[in-house]
Amino acid sequence: MSLDASDIEKIAHLARLEIAPESIERYAADLSNILDLVAQMDAVDTTGVEPMAHPLHMSQRLRPDRVSEHDRRELFQAIAPLTEDGLYLVPKVID
Amino acid sequence: MQWETVIGLEIHTQLATQSKIFSGASTAFGAPPNTQACAIDLGLPGVLPVLNAEAVRLAVRFGKAIGAEVAPRSVFARKNYFYPDLPKGYQISQYELPIVGEGRVEIVLGDAAVKSIGVTRAHLEEDAGKSLHEENLAGGGYTGIDLNRAGTPLLEIVSEPDMRTPQEAVAYARKIHQLVRWIGISDGNMQEGSFRVDANVSVRPLGQTRFGTRTEIKNLNSFRFIERAIQFEVERQIDVIEGGGTVVQETRLYDPERDETRPMRSKEEANDYRYFPDPDLLPVEIDVAFIVDAVADLPELPDSMRERFHTQYGLGEYDASLLTAGRELAQYFEAVVQATAEPKLAANWVNGELAAALNRSEIEIARSPVSAAMLAGLIHRIQDGTVSGKLAKQVFEAMWSGEGDADSVIQARGLRQITDSGELEALIAAIVAANPGQVEQYRAGKDKVFGFFVGQVMKESKGKANPQQVNEILMRVLASD
Repeated sequence: MSLDASDIEKIAHLARLEIAPESIERYAADLSNILDLVAQMDAVDTTGVEPMAHPLHMSQRLRPDRVSEHDRRELFQAIAPLTEDGLYLVPKVID
Repeated sequence: MQWETVIGLEIHTQLATQSKIFSGASTAFGAPPNTQACAIDLGLPGVLPVLNAEAVRLAVRFGKAIGAEVAPRSVFARKNYFYPDLPKGYQISQYELPIVGEGRVEIVLGDAAVKSIGVTRAHLEEDAGKSLHEENLAGGGYTGIDLNRAGTPLLEIVSEPDMRTPQEAVAYARKIHQLVRWIGISDGNMQEGSFRVDANVSVRPLGQTRFGTRTEIKNLNSFRFIERAIQFEVERQIDVIEGGGTVVQETRLYDPERDETRPMRSKEEANDYRYFPDPDLLPVEIDVAFIVDAVADLPELPDSMRERFHTQYGLGEYDASLLTAGRELAQYFEAVVQATAEPKLAANWVNGELAAALNRSEIEIARSPVSAAMLAGLIHRIQDGTVSGKLAKQVFEAMWSGEGDADSVIQARGLRQITDSGELEALIAAIVAANPGQVEQYRAGKDKVFGFFVGQVMKESKGKANPQQVNEILMRVLASD
C-alpha cells in the first residue's frame, strides 16, 4: 500500500504535527514501507490464534473506589504557561 | 408527502463513585477549579491510569437491569481528538468490546401503550473537563479550562434507532433516567450535567426502509429541550428536503433561547477518531462472582413493580406507572398500602394530594413533611368514618404544614364527623322546620329539592355530618307527616 502526499498531510493534521513540505515525500515512503510490512504479516495464516488487545497475558487490576489524590493545584499550575482564578488559560476556542 | 422520523439517543450518565474512573481524585461537584484534577487527569507524562472497581460494578448493574449480556472481557480504547478540555489528546473510552451488550427497556406512551426500545450497548468512558468562555480572562482572547470533571466516570448508553416521535424519545430518556437512579448507579442530576443526552435524528418518506441522513444534536440537558430540539430538527430537515436540498450529516447544538438547532463550528474532521486499544490499560475480565456480587442487592425493577402494582393491587397502568416513577415514591406507596390494606385509596392520595403538594413545594418525596405512616393514619380515619373524604383533604393540608398526625389534627380542629344520630336528627328537624316551602315542593314531587336539604345540613354542620346518615334521616323525615 502506498500513501501519497495528501494522506501524509491529513495524518499530520490529525496528529497536530507540523511537517516541512520537503520531508513529505520521505514520510510517505517510510509509512508506506511500514504498511507493506503489516500487509506481509496479514498474509500469515493466523487460524486459531486469538486476537490480542495487549501484549501482556494479564487482565486489568481494579482499584478500590477511594479518594487518594488531594489538591496540588499550585504545584501543577506552576508549570502552566498561563492561569487565572485557578483556571488553565488557552487561546480562545469556540464550540 | 408523509414523513417518518427516526431517532436514536446516546445518553451519558455520570456514575456515582467517590473517585474518578482512572485516578484517585474526587468526583464531588462544585469544588474550586482544578482542585480535583490530579496528575492522571491532567495527562502529565509518566502517569498510569488504574480502573476504578466501583465504576465497573455500577456498569454491570445497569447491564443486568436491562437484560443485557455483561461482557466477560472488555477493552478500553483511545478516542483521539485535540481539545483543551482533554489534555491527553484522547479520551479513554470503549469501542469494539464494550462492557454492556444488547438489552431492552419498555416505555409507556401517552395512550398507555407499551413499546420496547432496544439498547445497542453501554460502555465506560471518562468525562472531559469544562471550557469557560469568559470575556475578560487575562484581558480577553482566552478560554479558561477547569479539569475537575476530567476523568469522571461515565456510562454511555446507546439506543437503537427505535423511536419515531420526540415524545417517544423523551419517554425513553425518562425511562433510562428512572432506571439509573432506581438501581443507584447515578444521581441523574441534569442541572449538574450528570445526565446528558445526544439525539441522532433523521427523516424518511413513510414506508421507506432505508434511513435518511442523520444529524446529531449534542448535550441536551432537560427533557423539555430533548423534545423541542428534536421537533425543530425534524421540521428543519423536512424543509430542507422539500426545498430540493439534502440534509448534511453534522453535529448541531440546540439553543433554547431561540428554540433552534445550529451546526457546531469546530471539530473539523472530528469524526476521524482513530480508535485503538489503550496500551496503558489491560483487558477487563469480569467473572461470574463479580457479577453476582454486583447485582446481589439489585432492587425489584420498575417495570416488574409496575406490573405487580397492576396485578396485585388492581391499579390501572397509568396509576401504576406514576407510582413507579421513582423508587422512593414506590416504597412510600407500598408502606401506606401495608399499613392500610387500601391500595386504591392509597394510590389516589399519593398520586393526588401528595403529588400535588410535592409539586407545589418543589421537594422530593424523601423530604415530604407527611410521612407514609402519617398518610396511612389519615386513611385509617377515612376508613373508620372519623372524617369524610372532603375533610380529609383539610387534615392532609394541616399535616403538611406541620400540625401533627391525623388524629391530633382532627382533634385540634374539631373535624370529627358527626355520626351521633340523635345530634343529626335534631339538626335535620330544625332545618326541615325552617324551610316549609321546600318541604312542600319536595312532597309535590320535585325530587331535586332533596339536594337543597343535604346542602343545608352540610352547611350547618360545617361539612362534618356523615353524608350517608344524612341521606337516610332526611328521606325518613321528609317522607313522614
